[in-house]
Amino acid sequence: MHIVVFIKQVPDAKNVRIDPETHTLVRQGVESIVNPFDLFAVEAALRIKDEHGAAVTALTMGPPQAKDALRDVLARGVDDAVLVSDRAFAGADTWATSVTLAAAVRKMGDVDLVVCGKQAVDGDTAQVGPETATVLDIPYATFVKEIVKSEDSSLKVTRQTDEGTAVWRLPLPALVTVLKEAGEPRLPSLRHKMRAKKAEIPVWGIEELGLQADRVGLSGSYTQVVRVFSPPRREERVLVEGSVSEQAEQLYRYLKEAGIPNL
Amino acid sequence: MKAIVDIDKCTACGVCEEVCPYEAIVVTETGAEITDECTLCGMCVDTCEFGAISLPEVGAGAVEDAGQYRGVCVYAEWRDGAVHRVSHELLGAGRELADARGVELAAVLLGHSLGDLPGELVAHGADVVYTVDRPELARFTDEAYAGALVEIVRKKRPEILLAGATSMGRSFIPRVAATLKTGLTADCTRLGVSDEGLLLQTRPAFGGNVMATIVCPRGRPQMATVRPKVMKALEPARREGRVEEVDVSAESIRSRVEVLEVIPEEDRTAKLTEADVVISGGRGLQKAGNFALLDELARMLGGAVGASRSVVDDGWIDPSHQVGQTGRTVAPALYMAAGISGAVQHVVGMQGSKTIVAVNKDVNAPIFDVATVGVVADLLEFVPEFIKTIRRARGEDRGEK
Repeated sequence: MHIVVFIKQVPDAKNVRIDPETHTLVRQGVESIVNPFDLFAVEAALRIKDEHGAAVTALTMGPPQAKDALRDVLARGVDDAVLVSDRAFAGADTWATSVTLAAAVRKMGDVDLVVCGKQAVDGDTAQVGPETATVLDIPYATFVKEIVKSEDSSLKVTRQTDEGTAVWRLPLPALVTVLKEAGEPRLPSLRHKMRAKKAEIPVWGIEELGLQADRVGLSGSYTQVVRVFSPPRREERVLVEGSVSEQAEQLYRYLKEAGIPNL
Repeated sequence: MKAIVDIDKCTACGVCEEVCPYEAIVVTETGAEITDECTLCGMCVDTCEFGAISLPEVGAGAVEDAGQYRGVCVYAEWRDGAVHRVSHELLGAGRELADARGVELAAVLLGHSLGDLPGELVAHGADVVYTVDRPELARFTDEAYAGALVEIVRKKRPEILLAGATSMGRSFIPRVAATLKTGLTADCTRLGVSDEGLLLQTRPAFGGNVMATIVCPRGRPQMATVRPKVMKALEPARREGRVEEVDVSAESIRSRVEVLEVIPEEDRTAKLTEADVVISGGRGLQKAGNFALLDELARMLGGAVGASRSVVDDGWIDPSHQVGQTGRTVAPALYMAAGISGAVQHVVGMQGSKTIVAVNKDVNAPIFDVATVGVVADLLEFVPEFIKTIRRARGEDRGEK
């Protein structure tokens, strides 16, 4: 069984903040991390590998430094990694990204399962998984919290929905996007760290993927950002003071005035 | 490809260099230069007061017949015999867009045994309701629902298609967009129409730190999802509207996925993202048992209980309650963070809430930076007192004063 995990390198939210004076993004010391949901995806894939045996490949699209994210997951036990990178891919929206990732999965040829995090925490769209599955014409299940592989090359997955859970049978090949419940990521091991350090990570560009320039990056995108601006600020904050009962009284009056339902 | 600098307008002031999150702008004496690090994020464009920076235009989807797409369409979410309220809200927003464009507002209702729900959609603003009422649609699957919606779009050709950013919409709407080969913008908080008649889709970007306005110049329909409780529904009224049952092929609503079981959650946790009031607890609770306090307050206000990541990791409460980056995103009318320090990872999951109340012993806790109302107190003293205050105001007090 060959499992591909999509990962994305994202800025560490801990360090991203807005300067209250200038309303601009403060970039100082912003480190890159592996998108947290993707680590759950890595763990879900490794658990299938532990139980049934599988080759797990991590795939990312990004700038050359996204190799760091791949080495991170190699250190956790992923077998191989591929970086999809090319200047031509810049500015890709979720559609152009999906076309590019689907081309990489096709190039690998023998993929049985693609596992993604439910969304990337920088873009928050949750679209690349479903759109890639659609381009690949394979079934998918989103917001999965449990994956059980059956003997008959299908998966039994439990999805979290707004109103509860749903259990689906997915024939393979398929794609799933996972939640935190799919598995707390294991820590890197010394052995895998050594291997990760030395691993050769192939880089596939537009030529290797056999894609036309007008299908990728901004040229292949449907959506375009026309404006980026600071969100309107919250009204000044109120601090309630006094004894605990006075605070409770003040808060109650404030919330009553704000029209909070059911108060 | 990278951002474009109009060197005649650039004054080399250096503001763009400061705002670029990717350090992709170098300002020299002659003006700003964009390096290969540029990701075309657009942060610099709006900050340049001289209008010297622009982004290259997207190339995809040269729909020659874009003019043939007309009308606004709302996907109305059917769940177990009822229309989800986000669909009413979208009809409210869709009505404004349709009026601004001078076109018809349609609703699409997919499901089984739909009864008189189409009439409900007309009352909320739809001029026409397209229905597909089939047993294959009795239980949700991405492929069947996307298949039916794609067929309707191909037949009716709306220029704009809106859907709720619910667990259902976020799951199958990307498949609709990818099948139709058009753009999709997730979680819009504002929608408008440009002078050229394009849908202006505004959403939070960079973890909610900034807002981005996005267009889909050539793909049709222009597609967007919107979270519940962002738009305002119209008051239902007696209105004129027609209902049309659309015939779709059996092939288009076939699903490779087999639904084995659907289990509605018996407690209120799945309602976390929909509740008007969310009461969340963190380390300040000191022990798992104290969640009972928050439970009581949440129950009084008809709300749900949330939690910070650290208490979920410690097993004090089920992960389905976690609010934040790796948990759920909520935007209730009232969000109370009790004993939560307010790490960015938590804040991004609740900053869209209308009123945020922070209860924390530590006056320097970062949660106070995002709070509308700050209460510096021990939650274990404050919350019981607050419950008493509500009881008293409701006249439920039993002489505890």
